[in-house]
Amino acid sequence: MSDPNLDDPAAFKARRGRNVAIALSLVAFVVIIFVITLVKKSGG
Amino acid sequence: MSGIAIDHPLPVRAAGWRDFLQLLKPRVMSLVVVTAATGMLCAGQPMNPALAAIAILSIAVGAGGSGALNMAYDADIDALMRRTRSRPVPAGRIQAADALALGIVLSLFAVMVLAIATNWLAAGLLAFTIVFYGVVYTLWLKRRTPQNIVIGGLAGALPPLVGWAAASGTAPPNAWLLVAIIFVWTPPHFWALSLYTSEDYAKAGVPMMPVARGAASTRRQILAYSIALALVGLLPAATGLGGLCYLALAAVGGAIFVALAVRLERSGLGDAPAPSAKGLYDTPAVIAPARDLFAFSLIYLFALFVALMVEHLIGVPTLRLAALGAWS
Repeated sequence: MSDPNLDDPAAFKARRGRNVAIALSLVAFVVIIFVITLVKKSGG
Repeated sequence: MSGIAIDHPLPVRAAGWRDFLQLLKPRVMSLVVVTAATGMLCAGQPMNPALAAIAILSIAVGAGGSGALNMAYDADIDALMRRTRSRPVPAGRIQAADALALGIVLSLFAVMVLAIATNWLAAGLLAFTIVFYGVVYTLWLKRRTPQNIVIGGLAGALPPLVGWAAASGTAPPNAWLLVAIIFVWTPPHFWALSLYTSEDYAKAGVPMMPVARGAASTRRQILAYSIALALVGLLPAATGLGGLCYLALAAVGGAIFVALAVRLERSGLGDAPAPSAKGLYDTPAVIAPARDLFAFSLIYLFALFVALMVEHLIGVPTLRLAALGAWS
C-alpha cells in the first residue's frame, strides 16, 4: 500500500520542509538552554 | 471552534513551514520585538547580550504563540473577511487543532525560557499577555463588544513592560508609560482600518466600532484617542525617559496624527457606502483619510520607540521634571 503523501511531490516537499523546521527549532532550543546555563554559571 | 462552515477561497495545498510561520503573525512579532527591546534598553540595567537576545526571542515567540491561538479560534470569521481569508487555517492548509497545539507549545516554551533566562516577573507578565490575548480578547471580547480592541489592546501594549521587567526585575511607572502609549495608540490604529473594512466585519458578525456604533461615532472617537495619544506621547520627555530628540519627534508626530484624525473626522467616510478596498494599502481615493491615518499610526509608533532606543543607546540630554523624577 502506498502513502499518498509520498506519491505527491508537493506534499512530500512540504513535509520535508516542516521536518527540517522542527529539527532546527529543537536544535535552537537546545543551544538556547545551553547558552543560558553557561551565562548563569559564569555569574552573568 | 464556533462551528460556522468555512468557505475555502483558495485551492488547498500541503502546508509548508511558511504557513506555520504565518500563524505566528510575523508583522505583529516585529512590533513586539521593537517595543520589548525598547523597554529592555530603557530599564538601564546592564544585561548579558546573549540573555537579552534570548529574552527578546522568548517575548516574540510568546506573541507568536498567542497569534496562533487567535488564528485557531477565529478561523470561522477569518474565512469571511478578505483581509484574513487566505490565512493558513481558513484557507484549509492547516487544521485548527494543529494551530492550537502550536500556539500552546510555543507559549509554554516562551514563558519557561524567559523565566530561566531572566526572572519570574517578566515570565509572569508574558504569560498574562498571552492569556489576555489568546483567551480574554479572542474568546471573550472580540465577538461581544465594540470595546474589543480597546480592552484587548492591553495585550499588545504589554511587551515593553515585559522587556523592562526582563532587564531589571521591576515594573516602574516609566515602564507603564510605554504601555500607556501603545494602549492609547491601538484604538485609532484599528478603527481607522475598520472604517474601510467594516463591510467584512459586519459580514463576519464582529462588532467593531463602525459596525456597532456607526462611522460618525467611530471618527469622533478616533479623534479623541488621537488627541490623548499626542499628549501621552509627550510624557516620556517630562519624566526623563525620553530626551530632546524624542520630544521633538513626539511633538511633530503627535501634531500630524491629530491633523490626520481631524481630516478623517471631517471626511464623512463611512456615512455612505464606499467602494471596496482591494487590500490594506490598495484602496480607492475616498478611503484615503482612513488609510493615511492607519499607515501613519504605524510610522508614528515605530518612530517613538526607535527614538527612545537610540537615545538610550547613545545617551542624549533629557528634560526630566523634578515632580516626575520618581517615575523611573
